[in-house]
Amino acid sequence: MTARELGLLACHTCGLLSRRGAGPGQQVCPRCGAGLHARIPRSLSRTWAFLVAAIFLYLPANLLPIMHVTSLVESRSDTILSGVVFLLLHDSWPLALIVFFASVVVPLVKIAILLYLLLSVRAGSARRPRDRVRLYHFTEFVGRWSMVDVFVVTVLVALVQLGRVADIQAGDGALYFAAVVILTMLAAKTFDPRLIWDNVGRDD
Amino acid sequence: MGTDHSTHHLVACHECDTVQRLPDDPARGRVRCARCGHVLHRCSGDLVATPLALGLAAAVLFVVSNTWPLMDFTLQGYRDSTYLLAGISQLYAQGMTILATVVLLTTFVAPLVHILLLVYVYLPLAFGRRPPGFPIAIRVTQGVVSWSMLEIFLLGVIVAAVKLAEQATIVPGPAAWSLGLLVVLLAMASTQVHPHLLWQRVK
Repeated sequence: MTARELGLLACHTCGLLSRRGAGPGQQVCPRCGAGLHARIPRSLSRTWAFLVAAIFLYLPANLLPIMHVTSLVESRSDTILSGVVFLLLHDSWPLALIVFFASVVVPLVKIAILLYLLLSVRAGSARRPRDRVRLYHFTEFVGRWSMVDVFVVTVLVALVQLGRVADIQAGDGALYFAAVVILTMLAAKTFDPRLIWDNVGRDD
Repeated sequence: MGTDHSTHHLVACHECDTVQRLPDDPARGRVRCARCGHVLHRCSGDLVATPLALGLAAAVLFVVSNTWPLMDFTLQGYRDSTYLLAGISQLYAQGMTILATVVLLTTFVAPLVHILLLVYVYLPLAFGRRPPGFPIAIRVTQGVVSWSMLEIFLLGVIVAAVKLAEQATIVPGPAAWSLGLLVVLLAMASTQVHPHLLWQRVK
């Protein structure tokens, strides 16, 4: 039996089970005071909102430069992808692989997984709930690592300023990219994995 | 209102909502949900002493990481060192206010709040007292973890150093080493906070 079927609400902070009150309005945990809800309120529409916003910002995040480098010999702008290519050309393929994975693969895969989860819940799918929850955890666990490129820009901006041989300006791409990472993190947080199991029969 | 004693060891899985009974003494080891396999409970250290020790050690390392040089930088005879917060102030100087604030929140404010709350919650508990605002403090301690991104920042430092390696000589400073250790301690601390067990103790 699930807590909802039993008329119970589980506190997500302290784990206490309480009986669901009859009245309307927000019920709080009698032990720790956290807000109680059977499922995250409006989980699907909030997840959709964050996800659609992330998809829109994904384009400027990848097309606009994340930094501009000006030195005596050259002046160039780096995007997320050209940063990966730079690492590849300079014989640091293990790092190129990590950055390529974190900055290019993870955001795309994460958006795709969240889309799939949202659509499968809406379609009432009961297929392979364990694997779908596993996909959900993957997005939660690796999603944050996409921030690495934003931090690379932060460190470079500080270091090169010190050397005074080149000037590095952060570009707008970095801002959009950070926004994509944060929006997909929020989308994953507002998605309630219990919705996946709600469609699954009791006989499993 | 209702909690009665029959529901004392009952929990609902956060992933699939199935209600089940926890073993009587789940202090050590790992308990999984019978339906979906989600880890319902995991504990490897002392409920109070382990997070407190990690929090205190992390506090020292956090100070070191922010006051000592992160990297020493030599280029054509010119030599200087940089600090953890230098990049953020440079971003502010370039007018990238929002970006700078995001980096400030994820690499300074969130880890700081995490560490301060660990000490604030667990130091009184170690002496058998319940800190004021305990319910909110324990909730924020859990929530702040996913926004604290020092480990990702550390990877960023390494990537940046590699990108500049051809033009300059870069030597990691004391803050780089302490940051590496801090990241490990904070990751351990985030798995050692068990509100449901704490509540059984402080009640």
